[in-house]
Amino acid sequence: MRHRLALQIGPVAFRIGSAWRAPLDALAKLYAGYPAPADGLCDFTVRLEPERPWRLFLRPSVAIRGDYVLPDAAPLALAHGLLAAEMGMNLQMALGQKRHLLLHAATVEKDGRALIMTGESGAGKSTLAALLGERGWRLMGDEFALLDMASGDLLPFPRAISLKNGAIGVMEAEVGGDRFGPRLDGTPKGAIRHMRPNQEALARMSEAAKPALILFPRFGAAAAVRGVGQAEVFIRLTQASTNYVALGRRGFDALTGLVRGTPALAIDYPDAETAIGLVEDFRRELAA
Amino acid sequence: MAGPAYIADPESAVRAVAVDGLTLLFHAPSGMTHIVAAPAPEILGALREGAADAAELIRRLRARFDLDDSDPGSASGAGAEAAILARLDELEAAGLVRRA
Repeated sequence: MRHRLALQIGPVAFRIGSAWRAPLDALAKLYAGYPAPADGLCDFTVRLEPERPWRLFLRPSVAIRGDYVLPDAAPLALAHGLLAAEMGMNLQMALGQKRHLLLHAATVEKDGRALIMTGESGAGKSTLAALLGERGWRLMGDEFALLDMASGDLLPFPRAISLKNGAIGVMEAEVGGDRFGPRLDGTPKGAIRHMRPNQEALARMSEAAKPALILFPRFGAAAAVRGVGQAEVFIRLTQASTNYVALGRRGFDALTGLVRGTPALAIDYPDAETAIGLVEDFRRELAA
Repeated sequence: MAGPAYIADPESAVRAVAVDGLTLLFHAPSGMTHIVAAPAPEILGALREGAADAAELIRRLRARFDLDDSDPGSASGAGAEAAILARLDELEAAGLVRRA
C-alpha cells in the first residue's frame, strides 16, 4: 500500500492502507486528535485498492478489502473513498471482532450509566446519539456497542458518526464546521456526512460504562413508550449482533446477562427533541 | 418399550436461562440458541434421566407435575399428553432431543 494510517478507536486499533492519497488525507482530517495505536500493533487492516490495476489512474474506483472480505462489498467511486474507508472499518469489526459481543447500536453515557439504542436503519439512533453527545451525554459510539464479555461493561467505540440525509442538517445546526468531513452525495445510502465526536468522547475512549437502559427507538409516530419483555429484547439483540453466533456460549452468557440485568423500553417519537426529552426522563427515573 | 426411545443431551451441554416465563437455551453441541416455553424444559429434564419412549416420558412427567388433562378438544381427556407429544416432535426437529 502506498499510503497508510493507523488509528486507535476505543479498544480497537485499525490500520488503513490505500492506493490513493486522497481518502487517507480525508480520513486523517476527520480523525484529527485520535491517538495512534500505543504498541504499534493493529487488530484490523482495511485496504482500499483499485478494482483492477489499470483503474488506479483511469476512472478510479475503490474496492474495499481487508482481513475479512464480503464478496459483494461493492466498489465505490474514488470521490467516496472516505466512505469506503469507513465501510471497511465497519466490515472488519462486524466480521472479525471476537473479543467483544458486538451490537449494531448507538451508546451514550451519563453519570456512569450507559444507554443502548438499537433499531432498524432509519430508526434515528445515530442522530439521537449524536445530539445527546452534544447535550451533556458522552457519546460512546453511534454504530457499534461493544459488550465486554467478562465484565458485562460497554466499551466506547467513538468512531466518526455517519450522518445521513436529514440528520446532516440537524447536526450542522448543532456543531461547528471543523468537526465535519466532506458531504458525500449520491452514495448507496443517499447523502452522507461524517462528524467527529467531541473532545470528551475522544478523551474518554478507554473508559467503560455499565449498561443501564436498552432503548428501541422508532422515528415517525406520536410519542409513546412501552416496556419490552426480556425474551423479546434477547431476540432483537441477537438480530442486532453481528457476531453473536460466532461467539458461541460466551456470547450467550454475555447477552443473557445484559438482558436480565438491564431494563428495556421501546419508544416512538415524532421528532428528535421529543426523544431527547424522553431519554432525560428515563435518566432521572434511573437515578432516583 | 413400545415406539421409539428418545434421549436429551446432559445439562452440561445445554445452558438454560429463564426470562419472562420462557427459557433461553444454548445448545453447545450445535452452537444454536433456542427459545422454548413449558413443557419443553420439563421434557428435556425428564429425558436426562435416561432414554424413554413416549409412554415412559409421560409417566415421568406425571410423577413430577400435575398434568392438566382437561383439554376440551380431546375426547379421551388426554390433552396434556397430546401437547407433550407435539412438543417432543418439535424438540426432535430442533435437535434438542434425539432418538436413543
